[in-house]
Amino acid sequence: MQKKIRLPLREEDIESLKAGDRVLLSGVVYTARDAAHKRMVEQEKEGTPLPVELDGQVLYYTGPTPAKPGEVIGSAGPTTSGRMDLYTPALLEKGLKGMIGKGYRSEEVIASMLKHNAVYFGAVGGAAALIARSIKKAEVVAYEDLGTEAIRKLTIEDFPVFVINDIHGGDIYKDGVAKYKQ
Amino acid sequence: MKEIAYEKIVEEVKTMCMESNYNLGEDVYSAFKQALQTERSETGKEVLTQLIDNADIAKAERVPMCQDTGTAVFMVEVGQDCHIAGGRLVDAINEGVEKGYGEGYLRNSMVYNPMNRKNTGNNTPAIVHIDLVEGEELTLHMTAKGGGAENMSALKMLKPSDGMEGVKEYILSIVKEAGPNACPPLVVGIGIGGNFERCAFLAKKSLFRPLGVRHEDPAVAELEMELMEQINRLGIGPQGMGGSTTALDVKVELESCHIAALPVAVNLNCHASRHQTIVMK
Ligand code: SF4
Repeated sequence: MQKKIRLPLREEDIESLKAGDRVLLSGVVYTARDAAHKRMVEQEKEGTPLPVELDGQVLYYTGPTPAKPGEVIGSAGPTTSGRMDLYTPALLEKGLKGMIGKGYRSEEVIASMLKHNAVYFGAVGGAAALIARSIKKAEVVAYEDLGTEAIRKLTIEDFPVFVINDIHGGDIYKDGVAKYKQ
Repeated sequence: MKEIAYEKIVEEVKTMCMESNYNLGEDVYSAFKQALQTERSETGKEVLTQLIDNADIAKAERVPMCQDTGTAVFMVEVGQDCHIAGGRLVDAINEGVEKGYGEGYLRNSMVYNPMNRKNTGNNTPAIVHIDLVEGEELTLHMTAKGGGAENMSALKMLKPSDGMEGVKEYILSIVKEAGPNACPPLVVGIGIGGNFERCAFLAKKSLFRPLGVRHEDPAVAELEMELMEQINRLGIGPQGMGGSTTALDVKVELESCHIAALPVAVNLNCHASRHQTIVMK
């Protein structure tokens, strides 16, 4: 089943999402990967305010290619989420409601998502040129010195994802594989 | 003696870097189409459809199919009767990589050193393996190797008593552990034998063989097919969300090894299996 959801995520949207759902997301997401996560969590520890308000927001783990002249962004598919696991519980604590990436999350992150009612979405790894078409606007809003790893505010329209972990304990990486294992 | 100009190598390498990232090879593309026919999961079919569309867009718009435009890895065969004029071969390759990644709007993903992790800003250095061969040709095989799948690769020194059953078990365990992280559907490259470093090299080398082409030794070809079947029965499926297409292909290369050794290396490649070959004469 395919759903269309407008961001920021409302409680009832989060409630309705089930692992394995196909969803088209529209609205605003922020990009962050390894270096931006490290810096955000360091700032958080020092008591410096984060450069973006994460409460209610969705983070997209990506490091895009440089935009060609006249283009909004280069190719921008998901990177492996597990590398962000160390930092994620602290951000969920700040009110982060969703993440888009690819690959396994740690037990700690899954527990923290359940505790804070947050959803983990998977975009198709390697479908970066296709995904870039659903990114309508991109601007660097923090950590410009990090280059491809800077935090960008993206305005997306019908951005294709699947629900990997829902708030009811569903996990498509486990359930899907169990279904097709022979 | 045949002369090959440094500048010409730079130009060829630049083109290879761009083309490999924009144009998915016909072998991988048709493997997607075929998998779409056989995949049992609807989610898996949707993923495969997105991958086909993605390859079409990348080709038509000349943009990278994946944002991880990879480490540039080269396997070079230098004919011992050819002479490279005007500079060092490895410098020419690196200059070509710098130009290709810069002018091609590809992502720079290399850091100077694992301790400071500062980006080199031009995707160099390339990783270059050189082999001296007969003749006067220069053959360059290139791949843009993504980090996601490389990170899930592994090597183990098994015991001869583990036998081929142990080898298969180990390979399956690595594919299972990689799950969604390596961006399945995968191309699984396997090295068996050699020594520690040679085994890893064999696994990488196997990935340069086009999809659908079996090993010339029938026994190895049979092993490839058997592993492919076993891997696809794991149920991991496209992007790890369940399905019958976990591997698009399995490649094995093997070599002699020490009486006490049974090295096995598994080099995973994602579906963005980007390869180019040119022969310079
Ligand atoms: S593993 Fe391959 S397809 Fe996936 S993000 Fe990396 S390069 Fe792209």
